[in-house]
Amino acid sequence: MEHKNYNAINKSVRKKDSMQLLLGKPVYTEDITPKDALIVKLLRSPHANAIVKDIDTSKAKLIPGVVDIYTWEDVPQLRFSNAGQTAPEPSPHDRLIIDRHVRFVGDPVAIVAAEDEASAVKALKLIKVTYDVLEPLLDFRTAKDNPILVHPEEDWKVPSDWGAFQHRNIIASEDNTHGDLEGVMADCDIVLERTYHTKQYNQTPMETFRTYTSYDRYGRLHVISSTQIVFHVRRILSTALGIPKNQIRVEKPRIGGAFGAKQTAVCEVYPAFVTFKTGRPAYICFSRGESQIAGSPRHEMEVKIRMGADNDGRIRALDFYTLSNTGAYGEHGPTTVGLSGHKSIPLYTGGLEAHRFAFDVVYTNTLAAGAYRGYGATQGVFALETIVNELAEMIGMDPTAIREKNMVKEGMLMPAYYDETANACALDKCMSRCKELFDWESKYPVRDMGNGKVRAAGVAMAMQGSCISNLDVGSATVRLNEDGTYNLVIGAADMGTGCDTILAQMVAECMDCTVDDVTVFGADTDASPYDSGSYASSTTYITGQAVVKACDKLKSQICEIAAGMMECAPDEVIFEKGQVRSISSGKVLSMVDVGIKSQLFNYVSPEATAMNTSPISPPPYMVGMVEIELDKITGKVEVLNYKAVVDCGIPINPALARIQTEGGLVQGIGHTLMENVTINSKGKLLENSLMQYRIPTRLDMGKLQVEFEHSYEPTGPFGAKSIGEIVINTPGPAITHAIYRATGVWHNELPITPEQIAMSINN
Amino acid sequence: MEIKLKLNGSNIVREIAPDLLLIDFLRDNKCFSVKRGCETSNCGLCTVLMDGTPILSCSLLAARADGHEIYTLEGLQEEASAFVGFLADQGTDQCGFCNPGFVMNTIALLRENPDPTDEEILQFLSGNLCRCSGYEGQLRGIRAFLDSREG
Repeated sequence: MEHKNYNAINKSVRKKDSMQLLLGKPVYTEDITPKDALIVKLLRSPHANAIVKDIDTSKAKLIPGVVDIYTWEDVPQLRFSNAGQTAPEPSPHDRLIIDRHVRFVGDPVAIVAAEDEASAVKALKLIKVTYDVLEPLLDFRTAKDNPILVHPEEDWKVPSDWGAFQHRNIIASEDNTHGDLEGVMADCDIVLERTYHTKQYNQTPMETFRTYTSYDRYGRLHVISSTQIVFHVRRILSTALGIPKNQIRVEKPRIGGAFGAKQTAVCEVYPAFVTFKTGRPAYICFSRGESQIAGSPRHEMEVKIRMGADNDGRIRALDFYTLSNTGAYGEHGPTTVGLSGHKSIPLYTGGLEAHRFAFDVVYTNTLAAGAYRGYGATQGVFALETIVNELAEMIGMDPTAIREKNMVKEGMLMPAYYDETANACALDKCMSRCKELFDWESKYPVRDMGNGKVRAAGVAMAMQGSCISNLDVGSATVRLNEDGTYNLVIGAADMGTGCDTILAQMVAECMDCTVDDVTVFGADTDASPYDSGSYASSTTYITGQAVVKACDKLKSQICEIAAGMMECAPDEVIFEKGQVRSISSGKVLSMVDVGIKSQLFNYVSPEATAMNTSPISPPPYMVGMVEIELDKITGKVEVLNYKAVVDCGIPINPALARIQTEGGLVQGIGHTLMENVTINSKGKLLENSLMQYRIPTRLDMGKLQVEFEHSYEPTGPFGAKSIGEIVINTPGPAITHAIYRATGVWHNELPITPEQIAMSINN
Repeated sequence: MEIKLKLNGSNIVREIAPDLLLIDFLRDNKCFSVKRGCETSNCGLCTVLMDGTPILSCSLLAARADGHEIYTLEGLQEEASAFVGFLADQGTDQCGFCNPGFVMNTIALLRENPDPTDEEILQFLSGNLCRCSGYEGQLRGIRAFLDSREG
């Protein structure tokens, strides 16, 4: 690990937008949408699988204020995917803006554009639709080779092949074995086989999906949207509308939370189509109900694990099969599933001799899933960490000891992680520190409180990546102004995480200036250098390194300008302490001197852009421990304490890294104990409001404590890895473990509700 | 119908539709800090003060504000500025979308109970949802502000 005294990084500076946000300034999409924008509303299908036989909009169109109504007959017959992913996209092109064949309860059948909301709502009620109702395919376990075909259309296509079989309802499949799996299994003392199930959790950002579109003063489609992926949105709209990309500009203002939900163009296409047709500004805002039933939630997965181990706790073989439910459309389906194995199995690199990872991703007539923080790893880690806890309890070994025996350690080659080497890994230190912090020795034993309540503890580890290796691209432009300040322009999207700030900290570190000297702008497809977007835990690691590279380039250009001013060769000056010094004369030029000169009879640009990518995706690691109090009569679980120790390399901004961790833990606690998703026999999702889909309040999460163990990732900016996603992965298995300790029952499905706990105790 | 009220210190008279919700009335009157996060009175994002009491502006007709005094965060910038820096120091503002409602309810809390315990803070603010921060940083920020006053 490299120790250095930093000027700006590894410091808890305030977020650049903090005061604007805390004082309620108008910085979000709806706040900057002009009043003359048409209001766009969607009529949604009440059926999970149906063909629109007839749709009559004539009465609805008579309502004063209704400008137009569009149905399947009006939209371009160009199939596209809403997934925000680098082309050629892994997700199938299986959508039309409006499809005659509706595939889940909530699939749009008509777009209403009206002068005001009341007219639009009235129009929705007057549209008459006759459906040819078909039997829906609702259970993903029966989807493969089911006679009900979710996507029978002939123009369905996959831009890149991930093992799709359209006529078997499969959009991706794989089966890979490393080592002599069956041979090792046969040699193991114990073979444990379990199946785990997790549901379509909703990201529930406080700001729902919303987009404003208009034609700008250049006659182009201008899109302002709450999105993580401005460049991908531009591509998606270009494909869906059939217009060139240079005729579209996409920008994001401040975003009211995303967590992956806005890595899919959930709502952009509808107002864009209205503006395209009417030439008028248009605005759509999904209600909370719409965001719940037609958003882009986590993929429901069933993970089957067969684990081979010896009596001494050595985990030797893992056979891992994931079935993933992508819902009615394939957004992020082929890619999320991979993480369920690739970002869980390598945790046990220590003793693992053989493993298999296979998966199928299937269509059903439920809402389409998408990207959610953790992106498949959350589902895989829940399954693997739970079976490891069960093994430990079965053989009477301390669950922290079994992990210490088998975990990946720095320098190990990880065959289950694309043969990457763990360059930077402090997982062992995370475990020992977390044990200390939590007081594992005294909290692990179950304590009967004598009032029907018991206290118990659980543990889990997790990993993630720091980008999509060999794929993600990040860029940064850094410009020196004539007063010595800097502009940083990025295509990555700060969605509240603070990436604008941490990237500015990196500029300040490189250019030896203050963080306040750096202004950040992003993201805008016209102004920003290309960036795949803020997802896959990539911004700090990928875009951060682009910032470092851009600063290196800028420094040499600054030296060139300064050398000209001092009439010497560029290699006779050096950039130091935010100034340029002549080695021979000792003369010094400030950034104000260079900045002013850069605008006067000058050939050398005071602006540099750099692009970055990575052939590897260094994993962050963490350990989480939970103490619960469980009421044996009611089944209620109260989280008392959650301690987490994270290795994200060198944290660029420790305060923001801590908040990321705390926020992720609480989302994970919600997934485990309260956030349920129920699809009824007609395909209707029942938890369609915050009343039914209960996310944690501040009374539901107990006391959180987070610490960091540092490793130094040599390929990351200043040794950094990622933090955004990994933090959601430990609560599921850790709380499940604690519930077992308290009740003697293993729950293999999340969430675990009080009813289920109470029933399991009575049984 | 016509309503008269005091909004952020100014007397205003407006013609409104009888079914207009207070939240929409306030946003129409440029109080953009007032946010909508749900349709079921669950999130607390739209919290404003009516005659000094925190209310959910999504669950009140604008007509009911007739004759009353409403404050949104736009009108309480100074009072908020006294403590929000402590939240910023924690990085707990995050996406910011829940911040105005949370800050308004914190103002109400501190007016009613200038020296709350942690438990009282959590109870009072439990109706203000936040999906980003995990809440712990918000508590640390408020606690740091209270401790700074004592010092």
